[in-house]
Amino acid sequence: MPTPHAAGAEPTRQTDTARQTIVRAILTDDDAQKRTIIGSLVGQGDEAIGELFTAWRQDSLFIYAAPDGAKVPVELTGDKDANGAQTAVKVIDGAPLVDVVGHPIRLVGTDLTAVEHDSRLRLAMKNVVDLLDLGSPILSKRLHAIQTIGFAQKPDKLPALEARSRIETDAAAKTELREAIALIQLADPDDAVKLQALTVLRELHNSSSYDVIKAARTKADAAAKTSVAKAADAALTAIEHHKSVVNFFGTLFRGLSAGSILLVVALGLAITFGLMGVINMAHGEMITVGAYATYITQNVFGDGMNFTLPFIRVAIHLPGLHLTGWTYQLYFVAAIPIGFVSAALVGILLERSVIRFLYRRPLESLLATWGVSLILQQLFKLTFGSNNVNVDSPVYLSSNWTFFDITFDWNRVFVIGFAAVIVFGVWLALTKTPLGLLIRCVMQNRTMAACMGVRTERVNMLTFGLGSGLAGLAGVFVTQLGTVGPSMGQEYIVDSFMTVVVGGVGSIFGTVVSALGIGMADQSIQQILLNPVLGKILVLVAIILFLQWRPTGLFAAKSRSLD
Amino acid sequence: MTSPATGPSFLRSRHLEFKVIGVLLVLLTVIFPVLNAHGVISDFTLTLWGKYLCYALLALSVDILWGYTGLLSLGQALFFSLGGYMLGMHLMLLIGPLGSYAKAGQNPAGLPDFMVFLGHTFLPAFWRPFYSFGFAALMVFVLPGAVALIFGFLAFRSRIKGVYFSILTQALTYAASILFFRNALLMGGNNGFTDFKLILGHSLVDKDTGPATMRGLFIASAVAVLVVCAFCHWLNGTKFGLVRQAIRDGENRVLFSGYATAHFKLFVFVVAAMIAAVGGALFVPQAGIINPDQMTPAKSIEAVVWVAVGGRGTLIGPIIGAIAINALRSWATHAYPDSWLIILGAIFLVVVLFLPGGIVSLPAKLQAFWQRRRKSSVPEPTPLQVEPENPKS
Repeated sequence: MPTPHAAGAEPTRQTDTARQTIVRAILTDDDAQKRTIIGSLVGQGDEAIGELFTAWRQDSLFIYAAPDGAKVPVELTGDKDANGAQTAVKVIDGAPLVDVVGHPIRLVGTDLTAVEHDSRLRLAMKNVVDLLDLGSPILSKRLHAIQTIGFAQKPDKLPALEARSRIETDAAAKTELREAIALIQLADPDDAVKLQALTVLRELHNSSSYDVIKAARTKADAAAKTSVAKAADAALTAIEHHKSVVNFFGTLFRGLSAGSILLVVALGLAITFGLMGVINMAHGEMITVGAYATYITQNVFGDGMNFTLPFIRVAIHLPGLHLTGWTYQLYFVAAIPIGFVSAALVGILLERSVIRFLYRRPLESLLATWGVSLILQQLFKLTFGSNNVNVDSPVYLSSNWTFFDITFDWNRVFVIGFAAVIVFGVWLALTKTPLGLLIRCVMQNRTMAACMGVRTERVNMLTFGLGSGLAGLAGVFVTQLGTVGPSMGQEYIVDSFMTVVVGGVGSIFGTVVSALGIGMADQSIQQILLNPVLGKILVLVAIILFLQWRPTGLFAAKSRSLD
Repeated sequence: MTSPATGPSFLRSRHLEFKVIGVLLVLLTVIFPVLNAHGVISDFTLTLWGKYLCYALLALSVDILWGYTGLLSLGQALFFSLGGYMLGMHLMLLIGPLGSYAKAGQNPAGLPDFMVFLGHTFLPAFWRPFYSFGFAALMVFVLPGAVALIFGFLAFRSRIKGVYFSILTQALTYAASILFFRNALLMGGNNGFTDFKLILGHSLVDKDTGPATMRGLFIASAVAVLVVCAFCHWLNGTKFGLVRQAIRDGENRVLFSGYATAHFKLFVFVVAAMIAAVGGALFVPQAGIINPDQMTPAKSIEAVVWVAVGGRGTLIGPIIGAIAINALRSWATHAYPDSWLIILGAIFLVVVLFLPGGIVSLPAKLQAFWQRRRKSSVPEPTPLQVEPENPKS
């Protein structure tokens, strides 16, 4: 019968459970046979083995002579009472020892025969414990154990690994086992074994074995064994090649996700600045609105929150829904529309109160919106405190996939998809809806549109609301990537403007291309320089130089008018 | 362009405006230090006003570009800080042998403390010439001027203008500030330079001789403002000054009239950078600190606020704006620490929306208001609205 823990996870040749085997070992008189029985436990992953062996070594195992004459090995645990008695737990099944009527029996250790152990037995036990995780039903534990054993390069562990590889079913663990075995074989004095190991390692080209192979190569060089050195070189080259391929695609993915973040952040600005010509320095604060909306949503889904509006001193109590589990995790999904709508409303308020007076004075809209940005930042600070607030990552965004050694974080994958969806949405809204038609015609020529009977005031308001709402969406997402605080918007403002300017003002498509381009360039330069700050500076310098070549950006709207 | 092309009506001509500034600044140069020497004005107040004057220089550099040439540069804080850093390097070298590492005998080369902290044992080559005050003073002009020259050449050559120019200068400032935050640049990292003790053999911190040094720096700042004003006043009267204002009001017409507008703009940009740098260099010994926080785009925009509040396109406006806003800040950050930024933002909104001419246009506005009240029985014909030629800039 397989152990209860390992049921289904691994087939085992043993018919006894680990506990039964240990009982057998305890009750055997012959020392050599004891060691053989214990040795048979190698490769089993039952957690009980470690605990029982510890108890054995610490003299907590005793033999209890039952009234019917049977010898029952027990473990005495828990605190001693006044009589020095402790709770007795049967080794065979981990259940408390009970008398005939079912009352637990408490025993005094000194009354019983302790289970003996000598140094050779302890060594045998240690050997089992070392390899314990090798049989663990938990895959990650098993993988870790295999790696640790492999890098230790101890030949005595080889049989255990080989035994395990015969019964292992998981593909990842099988690969790890091959690698670990090859690594141990690399320490073998026989050159033929070494060569064979190196062939396997070359085939696996795992970067973690690089240093070990290098060390082997140095040794082979010193011993003037050219064939081994050659094989080691081949393995190293294979690993390096694999590494560069992984790096390339990893950089590509990171660049794509960095570009998507830029795109999500800049898309709102592509509308307010690109289409409408408003230099909205408060764009960053619209992002902050979205982020705080997410924070509030999270708290409402959880235990609720209290805050006081500054100046008017109105205390607001938001009751919590006290959700747990997956319903709580859905807060992020709920935050997406909430973030959009709240930022859009703030944007509409801003447009109605300030920006509508400044359509003819773009440079002054820069100054006025900067004033708005200062006010909003301070209001956030007074309402939510000047410290960063904590927004949890929902489970469905906080894990990752690994394909071919490239790690795909789910939040990064999500932002790429998210960017694609909102770009498509904006494109649909601008080109396929009546509102989009109005937006485009008003942005081309306000006066002419007004003459045609378009309510330009209303279109301006809605367009600015749309741009701000998109910034709010960006805010919802950046809660998963950066910090959420009153001044967080400032981190994104320069990048957003650069993205829109490089893409070409007025062109959504240009913004998409430039965001992805800047993201890629940024990540590639980081990969080369290994220094994010210098990379960022270089990208900014590159942008300034790029604008020499195309002063109006990548995809500028063509016009015959003189500015 | 809706900026006021001429000075406000209460200063009927620019000559009168300059005379007013001249008299005020000469009085400031004489009266403040004299009062301070007799204990009427505290040392703290004098230093504070000295800093305001340095900010006035920064504001003037913004005004030369924005008010007179139509270039809204968000990079003036960069040039201000660069000037400050150049003089700061000299001052740091002076205090190296007086620092805590030197006292502990761990700094035989007399390096600035932050370098010893970073594990350097000898002075990097680019620091060495800064032992000379003259070289440092020269670099106050040369380095910001060179940065402005290179950046301006690239920007103006490809006809980057209007908001694009603003955004690019903002990016330049941002890039420079993150560069200066790095310790590897050997310019003090995010702590910058501080703890200065000596300048030209005079103590800055000594209880007896310190105030006199500060008075000297105050006078130097006031004289610098005066000189810059005189220079701008003279420039405004020349053909060059007129072309510059023409560029502001209609660059294409100037271009089509055969003027190389890029050269004009480049010259103004470099001069403005140097003026800002002088302000920074005078600021550093008086404030006692320079760090990359002074270099951020936000600081540049703040300087634009001073100009807008005071009144752009005038010489006295930026000075009034810089002093008024900073005095307000000194007061409000103590009296209303929570609301200060909101006050600043609100002032900005109000000025942009309702008072585009700034404080200096206020008397004229009030005058017009009173005249209208008096003649309210006679409806005035509405003046013809002239569409600006160039609504985009």
